[in-house]
Amino acid sequence: MDAMVRELSYAQAIQEAMAIAMDMDERVFLMGEDIGVYGGAFQVTGDLVERYGTERVIDTPISELGGAGVAVGAALTGMRPIFEFQFSDFATLAMEQIVNQAAKMRFMLGGEVSVPVVMRFPAGSGTGAAAQHSQSLEAWLGHVPGLKVIQPATPYDAKGMLLAAVADPDPVMIFEHKLLYKMKGPVPEGYYTVPIDKADIRREGRDLTIVATSIMVQKALDAAATLEAEGIDVEVVDLRTIRPMDKQTVIDSVKKTSRLMCVYEAVKTLGIGAEVSAMIAESEAFDYLDAPIVRLGGAETPIPYNPELEKATVPQVPDIISAARDLVKGVR
Amino acid sequence: MAGASKAVADSRANLPFVYRQYSAEQLKQVLYKMYLIRRFEEGAEESYTRGLIHGTMHLSIGQEASAMGICMPLGEDDQITSTHRGHGHCIAKGAEVKRMFAEFFGKTTGYCKGRGGSMHIADVAKGNLGANGIVGGGIPIAVGAALSSKMMKTGKVVVSFFGDGANNEGAFHEALNMAAVWKLPVIFVCENNGYGMSTSTARSTAVKNIADRAAAYSMPGVIVNGNIFSEVAEASYKAVERARAGEGPTLIESKTYRHRGHSKSDRNRYRTKEEIEDWMSNRDPITLFENELREFGFIDDKGIEAIRSEVAQEIADGIEFAKASPSPDVSETGNYVYTEQA
Ligand SMILES: Cc1ncc(C[n+]2csc(CCOP(=O)(O)OP(=O)(O)O)c2C)c(N)n1
Ligand SMILES: [Mg+2]
Repeated sequence: MDAMVRELSYAQAIQEAMAIAMDMDERVFLMGEDIGVYGGAFQVTGDLVERYGTERVIDTPISELGGAGVAVGAALTGMRPIFEFQFSDFATLAMEQIVNQAAKMRFMLGGEVSVPVVMRFPAGSGTGAAAQHSQSLEAWLGHVPGLKVIQPATPYDAKGMLLAAVADPDPVMIFEHKLLYKMKGPVPEGYYTVPIDKADIRREGRDLTIVATSIMVQKALDAAATLEAEGIDVEVVDLRTIRPMDKQTVIDSVKKTSRLMCVYEAVKTLGIGAEVSAMIAESEAFDYLDAPIVRLGGAETPIPYNPELEKATVPQVPDIISAARDLVKGVR
Repeated sequence: MAGASKAVADSRANLPFVYRQYSAEQLKQVLYKMYLIRRFEEGAEESYTRGLIHGTMHLSIGQEASAMGICMPLGEDDQITSTHRGHGHCIAKGAEVKRMFAEFFGKTTGYCKGRGGSMHIADVAKGNLGANGIVGGGIPIAVGAALSSKMMKTGKVVVSFFGDGANNEGAFHEALNMAAVWKLPVIFVCENNGYGMSTSTARSTAVKNIADRAAAYSMPGVIVNGNIFSEVAEASYKAVERARAGEGPTLIESKTYRHRGHSKSDRNRYRTKEEIEDWMSNRDPITLFENELREFGFIDDKGIEAIRSEVAQEIADGIEFAKASPSPDVSETGNYVYTEQA
């Protein structure tokens, strides 16, 4: 049973998961723009078209609304499509099919149908791709009942959560930060799943809970390593799933540390940090808080092209370190 | 507009459109600008390789005659919407390369003050409403600009550039329909370079020619060889006349080819070396135009040499200007999100 564990990149882990899913179930197929011979804009599908053919690795025209809708229709009628958006920003063109159709179909039809579609969204800033190719829109979809929205932060989770998503009977939206694609980490061979409703405590600590998502998990861990030298012991919770959110793990952590900071790349206002903070404020953990909750999120601006400005619009490790320091020391 | 005098015009009666329509000076200026586009993109590419420019970029090398031909009959007040492959459109509509370089270098002197970069290059003062990171994003916007022109009676004509890939977006179809129903002064220019990223039109598009789609929206659909400046300019000229006369939109399909990969990360696995080589050596738009100019006696080798060295100088100066320009301060990250109000 002990599967061989190798170092794979996040992109390779996703590719392996898709190959396993296709090997296990002939209903699984891939759709997206330039995912065939091009290998995907971020080389996630890679050479899968050579192994599975153009019938199962389908290049769509540049038609996000139609393409997403075709995936929804195929899922509704027995297939198991995995649909790749070339950039998460282009979800905006497909919102109709995702929000009005995929998310609500089962409900509107009184449980007569399911829509087991998986959609993958390369997201986030840091590549100099400017305002229309750098957004973090996961909270948009997280607001829609009927969808499940996940943000794996490691190669291990990327593979296991994708396989769980394919097995899930409902639409699962996967946000993959583009800067994670090259990140390496241990990934077991073969089939395994990681549940899509469980947060993960990536580092235990006593002084402060940092709830982070996606690429911010690694940044929070880096910050925690520095803070440890200063005697600040940080617990890092990788939220992993934003809908349905694993509230209990966060509540338990805050009860232990009595301080909460949320770190995420998306625009700060009306985002995941607001949801986590409000959830804690409503919970029994509220009474345990020793300090106001802190949110570190993206600036209230589109992502700029200039690299220095781009960096300044999203939380960086030093920002997390100084905010954590202030929070623990009671500086307001 | 008609640059050629009567006597000169008679002597050119059998030549292609632009040689009848425009003066030698104007045509030399076109050659200058084609070179400017080519050398600008080569300069941008080199600066990227040297780490002076980050992100990515989409080069239009090989498509210069299309940009220049379409913009030839446009006036300074006319407007365009452009694409991710928009450097040529920008220069053809009158932008200065130094401010384009500055934008690519992320500087405050750039057309978008360093916020937009290559993919959002614009020159609003010259009527370029902007490149676009969203395939097809500019098409309805051009229709809106044409609606403004009609409602405000400005007489402006609007050109929407887009690629073959964009014609499969819903926005294309919705926009063409409205433009036709409302008879708006807009020209849809599909620069068909054979591929949307890696996907050939044969694999993505149900019709043989993009221009065939014009029939569905009751507008003329015109196919031109996009690598022959005169052909493109003639089609554009007619479409502009039609638009100004209030007769409504035209769809022009300009068949061309991009020499470079889709973007900086393209390995060109979807097309052959031979195909690329063929377009580069046998159908290069600048070579074709230069040969015609020479053959018809509009320019000699010395004139061509002079243009090339002037262009080289303008490019070198532009890069120096960009390098010497200041970067925006990080304290200004929040600027321009909303309109500043007193
Ligand atoms: C809505 C949307 N979908 C996908 C992309 C990614 N993308 C950028 S350019 C491009 C190809 C566009 O092809 P085409 O319209 O033919 O223009 P070309 O690049 O050939 O000039 C793609 C798929 C995008 N920018 N926007
Ligand atoms: Mg194209």
